[in-house]
Amino acid sequence: MTETPNVRAALLVRLRQSAPIPLDVEFAVPSGSITALFGPSGSGKTTVLRSIAGLYAPLEAEVVSAGERWTDSAAGYSLPTHRRRVGFVFQDYALFPHLTVREQIGLALGNRPAGARQARIDELLALARLDGLADRKPATLSGGQQQRVALARALARDPAVLLLDEPFASVDWALRDALRHELRSLQRALSLSVVIVTHDFEDVVKLATDLVMIDGGAVVAAGTVEALTASAALPGLAGHWEPAVALDAVVAAHDSRRQLTHLRARDLQLSVPTIEAPVAAVVRIRIAAREVILASQRPEGLSLHNVIQARVLRVEPASHPALRLVHLAVGDTPLLSLVTADAVQSLKLAADAPVLALVKAVSVEAFA
Amino acid sequence: MDWTALGLSLRLGLATVAILLPLAFLLARWLAYGRFKGRGFVEALVALPLILPPTVIGFYLLTAFGQQSPLGQFFQSLLGRPLAFSFEGLVLASVLVNLPFAVQPMQNALAAIPGNLRDAARCCGLAPLSVVRRIEFPLALPGIATAAVLTFAHTLGEFGVVLMVGGSIPGETRTIAIAIYDRVQAFDDRSAGVMALVLLVLSLVALGITNTLARRMARHD
Repeated sequence: MTETPNVRAALLVRLRQSAPIPLDVEFAVPSGSITALFGPSGSGKTTVLRSIAGLYAPLEAEVVSAGERWTDSAAGYSLPTHRRRVGFVFQDYALFPHLTVREQIGLALGNRPAGARQARIDELLALARLDGLADRKPATLSGGQQQRVALARALARDPAVLLLDEPFASVDWALRDALRHELRSLQRALSLSVVIVTHDFEDVVKLATDLVMIDGGAVVAAGTVEALTASAALPGLAGHWEPAVALDAVVAAHDSRRQLTHLRARDLQLSVPTIEAPVAAVVRIRIAAREVILASQRPEGLSLHNVIQARVLRVEPASHPALRLVHLAVGDTPLLSLVTADAVQSLKLAADAPVLALVKAVSVEAFA
Repeated sequence: MDWTALGLSLRLGLATVAILLPLAFLLARWLAYGRFKGRGFVEALVALPLILPPTVIGFYLLTAFGQQSPLGQFFQSLLGRPLAFSFEGLVLASVLVNLPFAVQPMQNALAAIPGNLRDAARCCGLAPLSVVRRIEFPLALPGIATAAVLTFAHTLGEFGVVLMVGGSIPGETRTIAIAIYDRVQAFDDRSAGVMALVLLVLSLVALGITNTLARRMARHD
């Protein structure tokens, strides 16, 4: 790669070929991030993931993990998959049908003394909440349990990067939020660097810190989830993505009397209905642009908890000719508001104009 | 009842299984996972003994075993006697004739292992040989057991090729199948009947055991 190696990157990936699967991607996975490879089915996401693991070799490829060269096609070099410190959770989990949960995890532990080995297996079983299932074979486990086994097995190698291929695609819709939450907690607790392949933008909004959008084998947008959602310039999402900002917020305090939780997303302070997360925990919030009202004066007598002093960055056309998307900054924190063109006129909204952003407490979606 | 012939048949069967199975596993694995041109041709070659008349196979083997062929000369120098009409010659012929019986069940079993299980094993840090030992071998075990029993049972029953390359030398090449033929030729129907029954029961028991075993091995719960 031409730029100076990024020491904070868990992974640098550059892949290029024109056939049989067209690929033209280059991106970095920041250390400790959850980077989503997002794109429609057949866009080449899974091929990218397999190339990182060394299961697929594009014609031109360069993969560097934390300074260690994994693939360098120019030098004709490729570290065999079994010597790459990757954890791979396959979409269908790919559990070994003839091995018990304990044996699956043990298989991925490599050589170590028997005592240390059992201790590590027990640790991973507890981490993945698999206690009591150690001697079961995959066929006797539920889908959710199988996924946790796959995750524990992937973590057994102490991977430099954890790769997940559509981890929630085959999970019941109702269970997905809980599993996303589990994965996020695990990632934070172990400071993992994670790459997740998904075609569900909910995964991006609720889970990912960084986003690489892929279409036709090429990167169409890349950056932090916060910056990309705030820019509202998400190619290929027209009609699927309602403009919104996705931010990480810290639980500042709980107000049990008023049943509110106070959140702080950098310069943006918000009150929301009580959420189940301890003080100082990080939660992901989403504020849809259509839920943010703009005002020139502080309103009186409204059922409103969040009146936020903001500044207009720019006003852009929106999906409907009568609407405008107003990009705001609260300190250095982005916020979007979808208003009518008429309101832009009457409030005289232009770059740098001060404005009050009104956000109902219930309009802030928080994902613990 | 010709006990020598039965003993010889059992020895031939075991020797064939012992030599053929490892070779056939490698061949089956290559056919199941390899990416190469001409796979169809190789598969046809392996399947050939299934459809060729034993006399045709026997004829070619006999030619190949002869003093004029390099193979015949090589064994002549190795054994100090000709390969044709010897136990070693029978083993070699039996290995070749049984190729499809050993390769096909193993190839099917290996091909039935989902590709991402092998990928997952590599991602778990298993080197290629460990993937074979820990994943492919145990999952293909029912196919391997089927291959072993089919080969063994088929060797006990092989007649045409044995007659062509081995003749009927007691203790050397007269297998139980040949002995039955000899007894019938000599109007000794009683002995022929007893030996035929022994062969029938032996084959039935062997197949029954494998089918049960294969089913039990294929169950993972």
